[in-house]
Amino acid sequence: MTGFAGPTLEVRDLKTHFFTRGGVVKAVDGVSFEIGKGRILGLVGESGSGKSITGFSILGLVDPPGRVVEGEIRFKGENLVDQPEERLRAIRGNRIAMIFQDPMMTLNPVLRIDTQMIEAVQAHHSVSADDARQRARDALGRVGIPSPDERLKAYPHQFSGGMRQRVAIAIALLNNPELIIADEPTTALDVTIQGQILYEVQKLCRETGTSLIWITHDLSVVAGLADRICVMYAGKLAESGPVDDVLDRPLHPYTKGLLGSVPSRNRRGSPLAQIPGMTPSLMSLPDGCAFADRCPRAQGDCRQAVPPMAEILPGRLARCIRPHLEDQA
Amino acid sequence: MTVFMVRRLMQSVVVLLVMSVIVFLGVFAIGNPVDILISPDADQLERERAIRALGLDRPLWEQYFVFLANAAKGDLGRSFVFNEPALRLIFERMPATLELAGTAVVLSLVVGIPLGLYAGLKPQAATSKGIMAGSIVGFSLPTFWQGLMFIMVFAVMLGWLPSTGRGQIGTFLGIRSSLFTLDGLAHVILPAVNLALGNAALIIRLTRAGVRETLLQDYIKFARAKGLSHRRVVGVHVLRNILIPLVTVVGLEIAGLIAFAVVTESIFAWPGMGKLIIDSINQLDRPVMVAYLMMIVLLFIVINLIVDVLYSVIDPRVRLQDVKG
Repeated sequence: MTGFAGPTLEVRDLKTHFFTRGGVVKAVDGVSFEIGKGRILGLVGESGSGKSITGFSILGLVDPPGRVVEGEIRFKGENLVDQPEERLRAIRGNRIAMIFQDPMMTLNPVLRIDTQMIEAVQAHHSVSADDARQRARDALGRVGIPSPDERLKAYPHQFSGGMRQRVAIAIALLNNPELIIADEPTTALDVTIQGQILYEVQKLCRETGTSLIWITHDLSVVAGLADRICVMYAGKLAESGPVDDVLDRPLHPYTKGLLGSVPSRNRRGSPLAQIPGMTPSLMSLPDGCAFADRCPRAQGDCRQAVPPMAEILPGRLARCIRPHLEDQA
Repeated sequence: MTVFMVRRLMQSVVVLLVMSVIVFLGVFAIGNPVDILISPDADQLERERAIRALGLDRPLWEQYFVFLANAAKGDLGRSFVFNEPALRLIFERMPATLELAGTAVVLSLVVGIPLGLYAGLKPQAATSKGIMAGSIVGFSLPTFWQGLMFIMVFAVMLGWLPSTGRGQIGTFLGIRSSLFTLDGLAHVILPAVNLALGNAALIIRLTRAGVRETLLQDYIKFARAKGLSHRRVVGVHVLRNILIPLVTVVGLEIAGLIAFAVVTESIFAWPGMGKLIIDSINQLDRPVMVAYLMMIVLLFIVINLIVDVLYSVIDPRVRLQDVKG
């Protein structure tokens, strides 16, 4: 795969909808972004904003009644949308790997760690079980699991949460993927463990040139990790740009609201800022900006048409007709 | 593990004792065997002699302790009717029942698991809906009626299969069974299918429910995200997890099939334990009834123990230890 100069992954106008009995849920509705080789993209949003579904869409793992209805997912130039299952299977876990949110749930409880790692190698490479075991052991070593030989023979319940997530990361690393999609992998962990894992993942990506999509609702996590950040709201991107610019001087009122809700950024004693109202139902979105009802800056025209994603400052896009330009230096 | 086993054995002894009391009382309540065993023409003297010979003149509690003392020596009494040790009578009939129940279990697993898997993996397909509807029918049909229908259709109308008896018995590796001859196989089909049908329906429903639930788990999605083939995800990741509920139910089903093959054995004149127990109930042959019921209790205890041990093999999270109550 050398010689490909474009971005590792390019998502164009991705739409993933769920066709339920109650109506069509537009979980992902026109999301676009790209990631270069070795770069880290933070995909941020509240629960239900569609960030996880975006991750699953890339791997072709959206379960019915959901499916990708529109858009392109170009991985090294190859469009993954509507590829036959066998082609996707060959890419999954091999060239694009995924790490899930809850480490207590991602490993099969009745299979030993070595079984679960060896099968991941052998799904993509015709190597002997011994060679596969060797690779599994190396991968466990790389994520900092002590005495990997012994641990390979253990079952998932014999590991702590942090250790299980390391195992899951080791599994993701097994086949040296070009892209890793990490879906809130540290949310369920202690803060100290979270820090270690962040550090290690960042280091591994830098060493191997692996691109990374880090899906999270936690802005403080992406702050120190990502190069660029995409903020999602109600299935659409609200804002995207370089991580420092977006976090220091957000353009979109939603991003600003999110940042205001982080406790550490508030002065002690003053009430915690919060975004009023609730995320709108994805089944019946308003005509205009989906955030308008919760937005302090919204006016009549905000409710008339969905604002386009526009480049408001160089390299910085926002879906807002009244961005926070006054904050910009 | 050892502590678990020792405790378990002690519990089993208690269960056996309690059951023996219940069985003894129950059997006593059914009726007086003297009325059936002794010809009505017999005079008072003969009657009393017979009653004394059977030990029925003594009070119930005394009869019970005599029974217990003998049982401890492995003697569960002699049949009033055949004048043979009750245990020997039961053991003579046991192979026929085991053969029938074993065939039925294998049949229900071989049919039930694949159909359940299919229905679980493709819940929307018309075939799956057909399978599930069929399983309700299989579940609800009364065994006796279903057996009679089988006989009517396959033995009487079509004449394909024999409807009574065990058929020719062959010997293989020192085991005598009708499964080793063609004639025997032909004889076992109808009763085994009759016995298996309800269980197969249960296993279909259980497997389907297990598959539906397991498929939603994160570890299945993660397995797919690893790029495993569909076959591997279903065959290893899903199947290993649904084995856990299956083993419990199948264990109990085996015991149930052996114990309650009575109806099927009666309909197909299968010379097994079930027929023996029916006959002995009709003749109020107390020792045989008691011995049979005690054997069944023992069977349930043993099978439950096996299921528990199997659990710890299938599910690594299970440790064999006592739950402090």
